[in-house]
Amino acid sequence: MSSVLKRIMAVSAIMIFFLACVMVLGLCFGSSGTGIRSFAETIESFSNPNSLYYTIIWKIRFPRVIIAAMVGAALSLGGLVFQALMRNPLAEPYILGISGGAAIGAILGILLNLSRFPGVSFLAFLGGMGTLFLVLLLSTGKTLLKKEALLLSGVMVNSFCSAVIMFLISVTQDARIHNIMFWLMGDLSSGGKSEALLMGIILLPCFVVIFWFSNSMNLLLLGKEMALSMGVNVKFITIFLLVITSFMVSATVCYCGLVAFVGLVIPHLLRMIFGTDHRVLVPACIFGGGAYLVLCDLLARTLPLQGEMPAGVITALIGAPVFIFLLKRSE
Amino acid sequence: MMDEVSVCAKNISYAYDGVSVLSNLSFTVNNGEFFIVIGPNGSGKTTLMKIIAGLLKPRIGKLEIKGQSIKKYKRKILARKIAFVPQQIPTDFPFVVEDVVLFGRSPHLGTFGLASVADISHLKKAMKFTEISDLARRRLNQLSGGECQRVFIARAICQNPDIIVLDEPTASLDIAHQLRIMDMMEKMKQEKNITVIMVSHDVNLAAMYADTLMLINRGQQVRVGPPGAVLTYKTLEAVYGCPLLVDGNPLDKLPRVTPVPGRYIKKMPGR
Repeated sequence: MSSVLKRIMAVSAIMIFFLACVMVLGLCFGSSGTGIRSFAETIESFSNPNSLYYTIIWKIRFPRVIIAAMVGAALSLGGLVFQALMRNPLAEPYILGISGGAAIGAILGILLNLSRFPGVSFLAFLGGMGTLFLVLLLSTGKTLLKKEALLLSGVMVNSFCSAVIMFLISVTQDARIHNIMFWLMGDLSSGGKSEALLMGIILLPCFVVIFWFSNSMNLLLLGKEMALSMGVNVKFITIFLLVITSFMVSATVCYCGLVAFVGLVIPHLLRMIFGTDHRVLVPACIFGGGAYLVLCDLLARTLPLQGEMPAGVITALIGAPVFIFLLKRSE
Repeated sequence: MMDEVSVCAKNISYAYDGVSVLSNLSFTVNNGEFFIVIGPNGSGKTTLMKIIAGLLKPRIGKLEIKGQSIKKYKRKILARKIAFVPQQIPTDFPFVVEDVVLFGRSPHLGTFGLASVADISHLKKAMKFTEISDLARRRLNQLSGGECQRVFIARAICQNPDIIVLDEPTASLDIAHQLRIMDMMEKMKQEKNITVIMVSHDVNLAAMYADTLMLINRGQQVRVGPPGAVLTYKTLEAVYGCPLLVDGNPLDKLPRVTPVPGRYIKKMPGR
């Protein structure tokens, strides 16, 4: 068997094990009145569908953990793809304002009383694509994508998006404000089984497609011209992957708002451990990113003394210092 | 027979945003020929390499690779005929040397790029040829300029092309590394019958290795032919705009070009 396949399998096995452990933790712990449940009690609740634990663990926590894993996977993968396509280790859908643009679309959808799917999702996708286009337009001009230009345009577009979001919220007079605010900050608490299923149907095919093109991302990292000279259809693959990624990120924004910096922290960590081959990194990001968000969500559920906070708060608290550290080191 | 010709260009021209960079170049490169393009900075050498490698499309004119118009090639098929080594090599993302060289096999593989045993043997041979076998597990960002250049040449060889196009592979290398790269190119041409097309900023080095030299200036073709016919002081002075001496080098009497510092000009009234 090819050595790449062996590495993919070995790395995936490690990351799946890690994800499984974190998911079990996510099932066993929570903020609800029942307090910390031991592993044994969780297993026990299996056989007793009428107990309170069964409801809490399998009807509330289980879909939430699954969704957190998928959203984490999608966001890390989003960061990985952006970094490869823009050949910039600091690129990420949140930092570049793609998430913010999608959020504007989603808020507009909510204010227009559209249904979450397809109405709000479609507007979010439009918003995400719109900002992506804007950032690329601002940063390219006639030259190549420069590191600084890309980040600066991203920061500008991102803060513009924040302003628009604040504007939309401040002109809203009704009771939806609290919900919008909580959702916006990356809240994973609102899902059940049907949401988990919908997210799976949307996200899993994207994961497969990106994995399929992972070697093209390797070649693109050597530069557009070198990729072209090795037979890669650079234009098609770049546009295709950017659209797929923006679609994926918009879908997560629709569901749980702005979960920041996951796409920066996880790809970096995994690159440091497993190297730069994207055929290995894509599955590692899917399982590792999933595990990371499940863990962050667990912290968000258990850290506050009363109630819970959005998982996006935790990811931002961890991610922003990491970003500054990386920016400092890359200089 | 057409299949003795690697590259045949007829009246090719190119412009960036309406500014003409190359105009009316016509030349032929035969199989297994060492073809070196020289010329002052900004004369369009890099653009020409990119056009031959299929990275840019000539606006006007015909370009045939192995007897077939370059427009008719699919990307992947073209990549099996021509490999390209750019001037600037990206090292931002620290790939492992072995992986980079193996990327050269991708035109022969599927989208996912899974390498077979035969591909690994291509990899081993290419690394041995460029003397980087002991660097296999190192990362790109840990290598010196010369080592890095050899890694990307190995990647090009691994592509198993008929033609290799290089854009100033010896720029920013010291004399020993320049010679090493040039010797490698010569050996490649002799042992594998690969056509080597490259840009060089070093006229003397170019003269010693090239079968055919092409001198271009401001996008115009000045002269094409064997080094002795191209490197005359009249032509060179006109193109480079500075005083030069041309004589034979002590090794094989191929042209040697010596730039003349200003302080000698007045002492040479006879020129």
